[in-house]
Parts: sequence; C-alpha cells; structure tokens
Amino acid sequence: MTKQQANWSPYDNNGGTCVAIAGADYCVIAADTRMSTGYNILTRDYSKLSQLADKSVMASSGFQADVRALQKVLSARHLIYQHQHNKQMSCPAMAQLLSNTLYYKRFFPYYAFNVLGGLDNEGKGCVFTYDAVGSYERVGYSSQGSGSTLITPFLDNQLKSPSPLLLPAKDAVTPLSEAEAIDLVKTCFASATERDIYTGDKLEILVMNASGIRREYLELRKD
Amino acid sequence: MMKIDLSGLEASAPIKGNTVDSRDEILGVPSFALPTTADFDGFQKAAVQMVKPAKGTTTLAFIFKDGVMVAADSRASMGGYISSQSVKKIIEINPYMLGTMAGGAADCQFWHRNLGIKCRLHELANKRRISVAGASKMLANILYSYRGMGLSVGTMIAGWDEKGPGLYYVDSEGGRLKGTRFSVGSGSPYAYGVLDSGYRFDMSVEEAAELARRSIYHATFRDGASGGVASVYHVGPNGWKKLSGDDVGELHYHYYPVEPTTVEQEMTEVAVA
Repeated sequence: MTKQQANWSPYDNNGGTCVAIAGADYCVIAADTRMSTGYNILTRDYSKLSQLADKSVMASSGFQADVRALQKVLSARHLIYQHQHNKQMSCPAMAQLLSNTLYYKRFFPYYAFNVLGGLDNEGKGCVFTYDAVGSYERVGYSSQGSGSTLITPFLDNQLKSPSPLLLPAKDAVTPLSEAEAIDLVKTCFASATERDIYTGDKLEILVMNASGIRREYLELRKD
Repeated sequence: MMKIDLSGLEASAPIKGNTVDSRDEILGVPSFALPTTADFDGFQKAAVQMVKPAKGTTTLAFIFKDGVMVAADSRASMGGYISSQSVKKIIEINPYMLGTMAGGAADCQFWHRNLGIKCRLHELANKRRISVAGASKMLANILYSYRGMGLSVGTMIAGWDEKGPGLYYVDSEGGRLKGTRFSVGSGSPYAYGVLDSGYRFDMSVEEAAELARRSIYHATFRDGASGGVASVYHVGPNGWKKLSGDDVGELHYHYYPVEPTTVEQEMTEVAVA
C-alpha cells in the first residue's frame, strides 16, 4: 500500500499579473484586478497594489493571503522606521527591507511575486523585481505573475535597456515619456488578457512623479 | 586577558519553533520560522520547486602573480525560461573581497550580505581587517549549520589580505576548499577547458582579464543556461576593481568577425507580374 500523501497545501495561486516601468523622472506600476482560484473567479475588483511609503508602491501576484500578510509586516516596519528616523523610507531602502522580509521566511516562503516601483533619492524612477524568497535587482522594467511570460518578451523588444552590468555603464531607465509608458503598459495588459485566463477584468495603474501619485483604471476583457 | 570571541560559532539567526513572536520580528530581531508539518523534507522539496534555484550559471576565479581575477555571466533561468539577463553574480562583500553567486540567487545574496556585515563587525572588534581564510570559514560554518535544510550556495570568496591573494570555494553542503583555480556552475566544464589550457601564473593583468573573459564567453556559447553579460573583476593589493562588462553576443562577433564572402552572381530584381 503506497504511503498517503498530504492533500492539503498551505498555498494557493490567485493568479494575476503586475508590470512596472521606470522612467527618467517617473515610475509607472500596474496590476490587473482579477483574483481567481483554479478555474473560478473570486472577484473582479481586487487591488494588488499597495503603497508602502510616499515614494514606494509594491505590486504582488501569487497567493494574496501571503501578499496581504507581507503588506502588513512592511507597513508596520515602515511606521517604526518613521518613528525612529523622523522621515519616510526611500525606495532603495524599502527594496532591501522587502528582500530581507522575504528571506526570513526562507523555509516557509511567502508565495508572492513582487515588483517594487518608486522614485529614488534623486527623483529618478526605479523598479526592483523579486523572486519568492527575496533575491532582487534594480531594473528598468519588470513583469511578474501569470502573464509575465507573455509581457516580458514584448517589453524586451520595446524597451530593451542596456544591462546595468555593462562597463562603461549605461543608464537603465527608458527614454520614453510618461504618457508613452502608460500607453505601453495598457497595450501589454490588453495583449496578456487575450492569451492568459488569469489576467483580465480591470487594470489599475499608479503613476508616481515629482508632483505626487496618480491612479488610473482601464477596463479589460472580462472573459 | 582577551575574551575569545565565539560569536562566529553561533548560527547567524536563531531558528525559532512554532511560536513566532511577531513583536520580535517587528522590533528587528528576525529569526527563521519553520513550518509545522509532519514531513519537513517533503515540504521543503515542494517549496523549493516554487523557488527553483537558478543553478544555470558560469563563474570562475583564479590567482595569478598580480592578484585574483574573478569573472561570471549574468543569466538566471527558471527551468527553461530565462528570468533575467542582468543578474549580479559577483557580489561586493567589502572593498577588498568579492564573492561569486551560483545556486539559489536569494541564498547567495542574503548570506554574502550577512558575511559583509560580520566582516565589518570583526574589523571593529579587532581593529584589523579579516583574512580571506577567516571570512570564508565564517561563511562555511554558517552554511554548515543550515546543512540539509535546502539552501543552495556554490560560492568563491576572493580577496587580498596580509598573506597576499586568497581564494576559497565554499558550498552549502559545508565544503570549503583553498585553491588557485576554480569554476562553478553548469558552464564550468567549458570554462575550465579554456582556463586550464591558457593559464600561466606570471600573466599580466590584461592577459589574465582576457583569459577570464574568453573562458566565460566560451561557456556561454556552449551552455544554454549561461549568458548575458560577462563581468570581469580584478582583486589587487588595494582592493577590487571592475575591469569589464561585455555582452556575450557582441563578444562573439568581436572574437569571430563575419568575413564578407565573395559574391559569384548577384540576384536581380524580378519585375512583379
């Protein structure tokens, strides 16, 4: 008689896709609002974006219960930081905090695939991309989630930024304007929605620049 | 009488049991929480599938008369999908020590940063820099204490200390080897072929850099899991310096330029009917 296997898993995948693009003086970060489990749609109106600090927004796909727990831990740590240092955390600092938070659950990971977007201390756009256990790097653009394999090759074609490892160094941020970048993000999601069953319903876009943060919505296919 | 500093023998973060004191985590004393399952190994196997450590890589390092040369590619793969072409696989632990990354990206990043912190604390406590042997031993002991828990780290620690250039290979099984030439990763057989046949102890810095660059290039040419940008660093008596970062696709045409072939007969345009 074969050994009985565990038939309960602490994880589930609620699907969804996130994208972020860094510009010279702006950052665009977006995620769809569909939350699914298996072939069922749980809701069409779930936000995957979370503003961690005044210049940092995190978009997470994967298991939304773990994402919610992660957002709470980061908000609490940010509040303590503000009390101790009397200022907001910068985006690169938040990036390191997120990495450490994910790695301390290395043996029971947060099933969350994150993209962190914001403005660095010089006002330039920055995007950090993560795996589930906290390895991260600063990039010019990134996509995570169920539609990422569809979106990333398209962004590589449109935005291919020189690798930050090249010497002499070349700037990684895209030369696109803010309006062009937003349009590109909308195009990405429209295409991903066509071919990925877990992506659709509505697109939530957050745009960060020197004047603050702006939110936009776009209707996507609901099938 | 100086008290012996045994802090290096403790595991770097305590592994707590089921009671995760959230106050501790929030106030900045982190620890590794473990899942409460009957089958820890099975759970780790399943969880590791989710993380899929990127073992596809080529890194190498060698000692020569002017110091240590360290080089690596920059591709990260998850199964057959290339998840990134711009991963920093050479980690700057401090201004005179480098570590290379192979295996799990998060494991390497986290423990190298941790090692850098421990090295700095050693400097402050002992008023002198830590040796490469000491730093690699600290890392090896930490990884040994987590042996069997699924960490995946295959790293080389390269530096210059009072004994001259130093190079150690350290892995997550707890192994630690001193040596003069190492290559780690799926592309290492190809890199060893080029490296071993071209190696001489009395090379100049430029020759050594070119050998390192060529070895990485050849490994990326033949190994599908290696690619991206070939970075080359040199560790000398004054610390490390990045010498070059070249896209391997461009390096190919640099080493093997396309010869324009003689055309025998030009094709003429045919008028469309």
